Amino acid sequence: MALRKPPLRAIHAERGAKFTEFGGWDMPVEFDSIRTEHAAVREAAGLFDVSHMGEIEVSGPDAADLMQRLTTNDVTDLAPGEAQYSMITDEDGVVLDDTVVYCLPGDGADYLFVPNAGHDEAMHRRWTRHRDEWSMDATVANVTADYAMIALQGPRAADLLAAETEAPVADLSFFEATYATVAGADALVSRTGYTGEDGFELVVPSADAEPVWRAFDCQPCGLGARDTLRIEMGYLLSGEDFDPETDPRTPYEAGVGFTVALDTEFVGRAALEQVASAGPDERLVGFRLLERGVPRHGYDITSTDGMVVGAVTSGTMSPTLDEPIGLGYVPTEYSDPGTAIRVVVRGQQKDARVQTTPFIDRP
Amino acid sequence: MSFDIPDDRRYLESHEWARLEDGTVRIGISDFAQDELGDVVFVEYPEVGDHLDREEVFGVVESIKAVSDLYMPVAGTVEATNDALLDAPELVNEDPYGEGWMLEVAPDDADDLADLLSAEEYREQVL
Repeated sequence: MALRKPPLRAIHAERGAKFTEFGGWDMPVEFDSIRTEHAAVREAAGLFDVSHMGEIEVSGPDAADLMQRLTTNDVTDLAPGEAQYSMITDEDGVVLDDTVVYCLPGDGADYLFVPNAGHDEAMHRRWTRHRDEWSMDATVANVTADYAMIALQGPRAADLLAAETEAPVADLSFFEATYATVAGADALVSRTGYTGEDGFELVVPSADAEPVWRAFDCQPCGLGARDTLRIEMGYLLSGEDFDPETDPRTPYEAGVGFTVALDTEFVGRAALEQVASAGPDERLVGFRLLERGVPRHGYDITSTDGMVVGAVTSGTMSPTLDEPIGLGYVPTEYSDPGTAIRVVVRGQQKDARVQTTPFIDRP
Repeated sequence: MSFDIPDDRRYLESHEWARLEDGTVRIGISDFAQDELGDVVFVEYPEVGDHLDREEVFGVVESIKAVSDLYMPVAGTVEATNDALLDAPELVNEDPYGEGWMLEVAPDDADDLADLLSAEEYREQVL
């Protein structure tokens, strides 16, 4: 099956990007170097094509109910123009995907949620199946192919964006969204991101992607830097830090219990109530390697006695800290910050220490 | 994208280069290889005194994105390793043919270099 291509693919190729497959999409992984791109985001601004992310629109009289019952967080907390991070769980409370849910600006009857790359069709099916099962009056539309998503991230993002729009986007709070004309295109602008820096994510029609992309004169960044930036923050990556098929996890194991509103009705609620009261047996922790090496997905985590107790889910050499860092699951008794563990790198046990995330200082 | 492929040395298909200097063979990876790898963070190499055969794995080069085995271009005994790479692995990216060298070996047979790809042949492979 052919890879899905973002609307901006030709522009990335022209710029000399290297490409990789991700979630069934042909995406730029690196434009110049991961270090250069990463540093640009931490120090100035970087531009990411994140069009591989899905967009599902949910509208109609029962839209809020449908969103409420299929996501863990409390959708009724959202006023129009507000968004929230949430989990999509199955009946056992296992995370199928993590997502940002938007109550779209306007009369508050319409929602948008953003599933991860390659999950849009499955989520669309899930939503429509339940809509029909519950006889709800709601329209669910997979509009992923119609839109491009561009993320502008970094301390200079607000200034760069303000220069391209009349809308007072600098006034948006974190996780707030508005419609605006950006570089001449109709955009949904939200103060969200996956880097830990100030920044914005713009959803624009595919046909307008090019002028919007070209409007921002800053470092283009690929998936390589996107990964190093999010690992420094301890943010989850669907498919790496949890996967319903190969590594099923509840939100409590994955460290995102804050997204679970047990006082709302949603698929998986009963199972999660049990996990919440008993506490999960394993937890995702951050760790830092104390010896030379790079922790990578799948590497064993052992106790200091060399007994395998868990596994790395994400890891990298942190460009900001110049130290190897990672995320992985360990039994709860190993999850306190400061706990000594080891990571097996190509047959060798390397000393490491559990620590809280984010790994970098945030103001 | 054009890569630097100097004529003064020979190459393996797996992107290592080898250059004979005063009876010693110096070994590293090509500009194409460092570009593919991206930011190098570690290089692992053997001990001085180790003997390795042609195409035997002599170490590992690790970047943020990937880990790659390194293959001996010729059979020989390790005489020196570039310890500058311990603190400055980025030398492999910045100067793959100069400061980014990895090993110096005493070849079992200096004529073995003739079995490697010439710069022209390697150029055809990567371009």
